Amino acid sequence: MYNAGKVIIFIVVLILFFTIPMWLNLGRVEAIPQPELPKDKTKCIESKEYMRAYHMKLLDDWRKQAIRENKHVYVAKDGEKHFVSLQKTCMKCHNNKEKFCDSCHNFVVTHPDCWNCHIAPEVAEKWQ
Amino acid sequence: MAIKRRDLLKLGGLTLIGTAASAAVGGVYTKPQEALKGSRWALAIDVVKCKENRATCGLKCVEVCHSLHNVPSIPDKKKEIKWIWEEKFEHAFPEHEANYYLNEKLHDTPFLLLCNHCDNPPCVRVCPTKATFKREDGIVMMDYHRCIGCRFCMAACPYGARSFNWIDPRPFIAKVNPEYPSRMKGVVEKCTLCYERIAEGKIPACVEACPAKAIVFGDLKNPNDEINKILKERIAIRRKEELTTYPSVFYLIG
Repeated sequence: MYNAGKVIIFIVVLILFFTIPMWLNLGRVEAIPQPELPKDKTKCIESKEYMRAYHMKLLDDWRKQAIRENKHVYVAKDGEKHFVSLQKTCMKCHNNKEKFCDSCHNFVVTHPDCWNCHIAPEVAEKWQ
Repeated sequence: MAIKRRDLLKLGGLTLIGTAASAAVGGVYTKPQEALKGSRWALAIDVVKCKENRATCGLKCVEVCHSLHNVPSIPDKKKEIKWIWEEKFEHAFPEHEANYYLNEKLHDTPFLLLCNHCDNPPCVRVCPTKATFKREDGIVMMDYHRCIGCRFCMAACPYGARSFNWIDPRPFIAKVNPEYPSRMKGVVEKCTLCYERIAEGKIPACVEACPAKAIVFGDLKNPNDEINKILKERIAIRRKEELTTYPSVFYLIG
């Protein structure tokens, strides 16, 4: 290989550059979040596994179906019907956004902009 | 042993099917049973009743609509947001200015203006992201998730029925309705004919709130609907009909 020394140094620098987030967080241990579930409810509209994996897809589908297709009822796999609404359905059970949504979203540094418009229950409470 | 091409293709196919299946799991969507059914929603506003009761009604329609939909009351006129508002005849119908007799008759009559939910909406034609679109039942919808704030729709709307959020509207909402979202800075908003109430089987909030029952809501395509009887019996005008946008808000003037 020509200029082997220079090339190897360049590769090392590149690897270091692209792994900066890893080095910056090295040794910082953060507990895996345990989102607080609603106290009086035991079951969500779909299974826990499905909600964990696909809640973002489900919410995206909900907004499209309600706003664009005028379909406001979601029939879950178990046949139960739910009104398609983040604020009227989801947040009625998950009434603490900070302890439920934010605990995981902050951990994985994902900040969806739903809350710029949709009103979390605790925000509504403070407002009144 | 090297993998055969046939096996590799089979595996690839299976993976594809698996991915598609895992993404498609979930329920189905339907329309609610109780939702109002119609194929061309329209409003008829009785301006005669409006004028008679104006002193006592306190513009309940505007108040209820704005509080239900978290419409902010921004004091700065340049940044104000409105879904339904009151206007003078000569401002609502500038083309009738030359019609002296109509003008004299309707002087001092309040006209409630709102999105006209046109048959041929210019706002929909110009929207580059399809954030505003016409539903099957005639409601011109706004999908705030898609609005990029280009304001082409505002330029295209001949009725000035759209407002742009120049600033964050939240500090200007005195009392919030926790069941309806607010909007954010940078999106255009307007009346959506209470699509969310229609889905629940309720009539639009302004119609329900009017103490004089001066606003009638109904389906133009349904011949038995009250609105069609009223439109046959009374004299109705629409705003800027010469533009052929075919508004579905009728003003009963006689």
